[in-house]
Amino acid sequence: MSLATLAGQEIHVDDEGFMTEFDEWSEDLAGRLATNIGIDLTGRHMEVLRFLRKDYEAEGETPTLRRVATAGGYPTKELFTLFPKKPAKKMAYVAGLPKPVGCV
Amino acid sequence: MATLSIAEPNMKNLLVLGAGTAGTMVVNKLRPLLSEQEWAITIVDQDTEHHYQAGYLFIPFGIYEPEDVVKPKKQFIPDRVRMLIAGVERIDPETSHVHLDDGTVLEYDQLVIASGTVARPDQTPGMQGDEWRKSIHDFYTLEGATALAEKLGTWEGGRLVVHITEMPIKCPVAPLEFSFLADAYFRSKGMRDRVEIVYVTPLDGAFTKPVASKQLGGMLEEREIAVETDFYVERIDDEAKALVSYDEREIPFDLLVTVPLNMGAEFVARSGMGDELNYVPVDPGTFLSTSWDNVFAIGDAANLPTSKAGSVAHFAVELFTDNFLRHIRGETMTDLFDGHANCFVESGDGKALLIDFNYDVQPLPGKYPFPVVGPFSLLEETTMNHFGKLAFKWIYWNALLPGRDLPLPALMSMAGKKEVPV
Repeated sequence: MSLATLAGQEIHVDDEGFMTEFDEWSEDLAGRLATNIGIDLTGRHMEVLRFLRKDYEAEGETPTLRRVATAGGYPTKELFTLFPKKPAKKMAYVAGLPKPVGCV
Repeated sequence: MATLSIAEPNMKNLLVLGAGTAGTMVVNKLRPLLSEQEWAITIVDQDTEHHYQAGYLFIPFGIYEPEDVVKPKKQFIPDRVRMLIAGVERIDPETSHVHLDDGTVLEYDQLVIASGTVARPDQTPGMQGDEWRKSIHDFYTLEGATALAEKLGTWEGGRLVVHITEMPIKCPVAPLEFSFLADAYFRSKGMRDRVEIVYVTPLDGAFTKPVASKQLGGMLEEREIAVETDFYVERIDDEAKALVSYDEREIPFDLLVTVPLNMGAEFVARSGMGDELNYVPVDPGTFLSTSWDNVFAIGDAANLPTSKAGSVAHFAVELFTDNFLRHIRGETMTDLFDGHANCFVESGDGKALLIDFNYDVQPLPGKYPFPVVGPFSLLEETTMNHFGKLAFKWIYWNALLPGRDLPLPALMSMAGKKEVPV
């Protein structure tokens, strides 16, 4: 756990840079996080991120790619276009959520 | 609709759905602990045969025959437990009833869902098409493993692709073991130079946890097995014989050995009790449903953040037993499960590794179960580990399923493990 400064704001992150405090996130911050990983946020990105945040609040865990596709209704193919290569990880990173547990 | 009455009106009913590893252990552990005057126990399963699923891995290579891994389920169910062979239509958790597909309705006081997880090749377009069981195979069913044995016996070589569709899967190390055993098998047949092996995974490395991923990844490299990571299959082009990912990468194959999407039972979905993959949301420490106070899910059927494996089911049932007794007395469940998993990883040439981990601690090197003396070595290939893996089949049938106590602690221990900087 360490502190990072982004857009003039101090945020708590883990050693891979995932934010650890749900309430420190803002939509402004999301734009900066996205830039860090080479993504320009669009309205569609924001829609997906809002779903992730809402789902995390309700379920207490970062949704899987399958859950974003089925419960959120965002097609997997589109998620790969919006967040290329590693969508589950990238969505969580930009949404300020813990790295998905994924699997074991 | 008929309600089957199996208990005296003043008796309580424990109903277990699924007579696999977890369900069979639950009834064997609980029957002697619950008064026969007070509790009737019923177990329901649609199949009459119990499969030692960990043995499927050895069938394609001719190490095990199908008869090594099959026994009648009935043989492992105690006399004072009623066993019904039927499919489950749905559960009505609001009224505590289970509807079977033969029309029988069972009432329960406590329900344990232990219906496991199954391979679903129907969920990936192109998987179960014209090439299924020709150039596209799996080894997660007895039929699949047997068909693959026949295929490997006559295969002349080419590009073998070992593939995981999506996590979580039952026994997450099995596709790695398959790759190691395939390498050894083709070497022993003197045809390794005619076989290219590619390992394709949706994960970002060989395994899920860093230290083991590094070790196992190194073992793939030593065996000249190429690895393609972060690969989410969208469909299989069975005419071109290629896996196609959502980000439009294509991986051609001559022989594909895939682990299809694994999903929990359909009746869980029909009952509105599952997540996207039909796993039942439960408390990870007690296995009590997060929605109903008289419903548990144990083993692969639960949405626990640990491996789907018989060893996990075994450790889980050990802790569940006392908790269940507390729960029916209205007390707090105090023995919390830590996600303990323990797997032998067969690596070919008569050797194996052992990994031991839980929700929080990743697999580490060291000795198991006793520090220094072992006899098993963690994260290291040894002949002793291989014998452990083979001996486990006997232990499974003769000690584990009947619910006898094994001299292994249910919770993971750090004794014998070495911390490794990642």
